[in-house]
Amino acid sequence: MTEPFVVLKDISKSFVGVKVLKDVSFDVRPGEVHALLGENGAGKSTLIKVLSGLYQPDGGKIIIGGEEKKFASTRDATANGIATVYQELLLFPELSVAENVFLGHYPRTSSGIIDWTTVRSRTRELLDSLDTYDLDVDSKVLTLSVAQRQRVEIAKALSRDAKILIMDEPTASLVESDVQRLMSIVRQLRERGVGIIYVSHRMPEIFALADRVTVLRDGAFVATKDIHEVTEKDLVSLMVGRSIESLFPKVEVPIGETVLAVKNLNHGRHVQDISFELRKGEILGVAGLVGSGRTELALTLFGMTPATSGEIKLNGKPVRIASPIHARDLGIAYVPEDRGLQGLVKPMAIRQNITMATIDKVSKGIFIKAAEEMKHAVAAVKRLGVRCRDVNQPVGQLSGGNQQKVVIAKWLETAPQVLILDEPTRGVDVGAKSEIHSIMGELVRQGVAILMISSELPEVLGMSDRVLVMSAGRITDVIARAEATPERVGAAMTAHKSAEAA
Amino acid sequence: MAMTDLDIPPVRPSRAVQRPGAIQRLMSDYGQEIVVLLAIVALFAFVTMINPRFISANNLTTIFAGNAYIAVAAIGMSMVIITGNIDVSVGALIGVLATISGTLAVAGYPVWVAWFAPVLIGMAINGLIGVLVAYARIPSIVVTLGALSILRGGLISATGGTWISDLPPAFMVAQKKLFGLPVPLVAMVVLTLLAAAWMRYSAFGRSLYALGGNPEAAVATGIPAERRIVAVFIIHGFFAGLATILFATQLQVIQSTVPPNLELTIITAAVIGGVSILGGSGTVIGSTLAAILFATIGSALIFTNVSAYWLRAVIGLLILATVLADMFRRSRRI
Repeated sequence: MTEPFVVLKDISKSFVGVKVLKDVSFDVRPGEVHALLGENGAGKSTLIKVLSGLYQPDGGKIIIGGEEKKFASTRDATANGIATVYQELLLFPELSVAENVFLGHYPRTSSGIIDWTTVRSRTRELLDSLDTYDLDVDSKVLTLSVAQRQRVEIAKALSRDAKILIMDEPTASLVESDVQRLMSIVRQLRERGVGIIYVSHRMPEIFALADRVTVLRDGAFVATKDIHEVTEKDLVSLMVGRSIESLFPKVEVPIGETVLAVKNLNHGRHVQDISFELRKGEILGVAGLVGSGRTELALTLFGMTPATSGEIKLNGKPVRIASPIHARDLGIAYVPEDRGLQGLVKPMAIRQNITMATIDKVSKGIFIKAAEEMKHAVAAVKRLGVRCRDVNQPVGQLSGGNQQKVVIAKWLETAPQVLILDEPTRGVDVGAKSEIHSIMGELVRQGVAILMISSELPEVLGMSDRVLVMSAGRITDVIARAEATPERVGAAMTAHKSAEAA
Repeated sequence: MAMTDLDIPPVRPSRAVQRPGAIQRLMSDYGQEIVVLLAIVALFAFVTMINPRFISANNLTTIFAGNAYIAVAAIGMSMVIITGNIDVSVGALIGVLATISGTLAVAGYPVWVAWFAPVLIGMAINGLIGVLVAYARIPSIVVTLGALSILRGGLISATGGTWISDLPPAFMVAQKKLFGLPVPLVAMVVLTLLAAAWMRYSAFGRSLYALGGNPEAAVATGIPAERRIVAVFIIHGFFAGLATILFATQLQVIQSTVPPNLELTIITAAVIGGVSILGGSGTVIGSTLAAILFATIGSALIFTNVSAYWLRAVIGLLILATVLADMFRRSRRI
C-alpha cells in the first residue's frame, strides 16, 4: 500500500464560537479516489477549504510528504500540489481557454514577455491528455458549456502539476453523458498517480469511482472505509446516524381535501410533466439533488416562471398563474431558497418587510394606517418569536434564523392556503430550526397545505406526510411517510427517468 | 380568496417587543436630513456674523425663491433614484419645456395653457423613458443619456440658441406672492410636504423603496415593478413640469440654454439630501433641504467675497462626504 501524499490530522475549525470541524483526520494516497461524504453542514466543504488554504485550521496538522505544512493562502496549497475544482467554476469568461489555464503562472520568454506560443501549445497538450480534442484553446470561456469549463479547470490544475485534485460535487450540474465523460477523466487521472478527493451525494458515482470513502457528520469524523467493505445502506446510516423522529416532532393532523392539483406541468428543462396533488393539512416534502428542478417547480407554481403548458387547479377550479401577484392573490405563498436575494429588502424595517405582501390590507385609500401596520408587525414578531430590538430595526441586522422568520411572517400575513417553503431551514441555527418546524406543525393543524423543498434528507423524512422525489426535472417517485426510507429516496434522487419511460 | 387570518400561538414566550421611542425614530429615519438642516443653520449664523445683510428679506427671497425650482425638480428625481434608477436628462427637459411654455405665452395663449401644457408634455416624455426602462429593460442611465442628447440638441437646433423675451406679466407666476410669501417658496414647501407624506405613508411610496432596496424580492412579493417604474418616471415628469413653471416665470427672459449642469445639481440635491444613489432609501425632505443648502452656500460665497466658482468645489466635497456616510450606514444596516 502506498504512503499517503497528504495527511490531515485532528483538524478543528470554529466560526464565531461554533465548532464546524472537530478533530477530523483524513488522508489521500497518490493514485486513489477518496470520496468524502456527509449531509449538508457536516463539514465537508470546510475541510476542503482548510486543505486548499482558504481557511486556516484552529488546531491540527497538515502533513505533506512527511513534513508539516502551514497554508496561509490558496497560493501555498497550490505550491504544494493541491488544486481544487469548485462547484461554481472560477474561470474568467472573457478570457480564452489558454489564458485561463495558465493565468497567474504564464511561461515567459527570456526577455520577460509572456510566451503565448508555449501557453497555447501546452494548453493543447493538457487538453489532449484529458481526451478533450474538441476544445479550441482560443475559444472564450463564456462560449463553453459547463462540462467543458470543468475540463478547463482540470487542465488548469494539471498545469500547476497538481498531486491532489479536490473535486467538489463535480457532477451536480452535468447531464448524464457529461457525467460519464468526467468519470473516465477521473479514472485517467488516477492512473497517472493523482490523488483525488471526490465530494458527491450521488451513490452510484461513488461506488463506480472511489477506492476509499470517509464519512463526516456534524463536523466530526465518523469512519474511513474501503469501498468494498460497505454498502450504500451502510453509508447512509453512517451519514445520518441519529434518530430522525426525535429531531423532527411530526404533528399528526387529519389530511383534508385536495387544495392544489397539478397536472402535466412544464417549464423548460427543469419542470417536465409534473403532476401531483397537495391536500389540506399535508406537508408534502420535495427531495432531489441540486439541479433536479425542485426550485424551478416552486417558481413555476408561484408564477415567477409561468408554466408553458399543463394545468393547475386550486380547490378544484382551474387557475392561471402568470405572475407572483396572481399566486399571492390566489392564496399561494413562496418562501424562497435565497432569502437575501428574493425574500427580504434588507435595508427596510422588519415592520415594512412583514406587511410588504399585504400592504393593501393595512391601508385605507392611498395611505397606510400606521397603527394598524404596527399592530400586525408586532403581533407577527411575537407569534414567530423573532428576536429583534424593535420592529423598526432593519431586517439586514438580524441573524439568519430571525430573517427567515420575517420572510415566513410576511407570507403568513397573506393567510395562504398553500405555503411553498424552499429550504426553510438552510443557514439557520438549530434552535430557530426547530422553532420553524413547530410553526409548520401549527400551520398544518390550521389546514394550510405545505410544499416543503429541502436538501436535508432527515428534514424531508422527518417532517413530510409524503415525499415527492425529483430528478432531472421529473418526478421519479412519490413515497408515503411510512415507506419513505433514506435508501428509497436516495435511489429516486439519482434515478434518471428518461422521457420514454415517463 | 385567502382564508381568515391564521392564528399561531407564540413558539416561545417572547421578550416584549418594544415600540421605538419618538426621538430614536426621528434620528434613524431622518439622520441625513437633520445633518443638512444643521449645516444650513450653521452657515446662516456664520455668514450673518460676517455680513449682517445676508439675512435681509431681499437675500432670503433670492435664496429660497430663486432656487425653488431646483428643489421641486429634485422631488421627482429623488423618487426615481429611490427606485434604483436615475435621470440625467431632466435639465435638458426643463430647457425644452421652458421654451415651449414661453413660446406659448408670447404667442398669446391663455397663461394656464402656457403653464400646464409643459407639465403634460413632461409627463409624456418621461412616461416614454419609463417604458423603455421598465419594459425594454434598458438601464435608465443609457435611456436618459440618449434623451439628454435628443432634447438638448433638438432644442438648440430649433431655437438657434435665442432667448425668449417680452413675456406677458400675467405669465410671471414666480414673481407673484401668496399670503405675502413668494409663490416659488410656497410651492416648494407645499409640494415637498405632500410628496414626503405620500412617499412615507402610501403603499405606492413604500413599493418604490422596496423596488430600490431589492428588486427581486419586491417582484417575488407581488409588487408590479414595471408599472411602478413607468409611474415614477411620469411623476418625475410632473414635478419637472412644475419646476419649469417656476423657472420660466421668474426672469424676464427664458434662455434656451438653461443653467448648464442643471441635471447634475438636481441629482446632487437628492444625493446630499440622503437619497442613496444605490436606491432604496432617502426622503424628498432631504433633497429640498439640500437644494436650500446649495443656494445658501452660493449666496454665502458672494456675501463673504469668495469667488462663486468655489461653489461647485464645495458641493463636490459634500457629495463625496455624503456618499461615504451612506456606504457606512449601509454596512451597518446589512
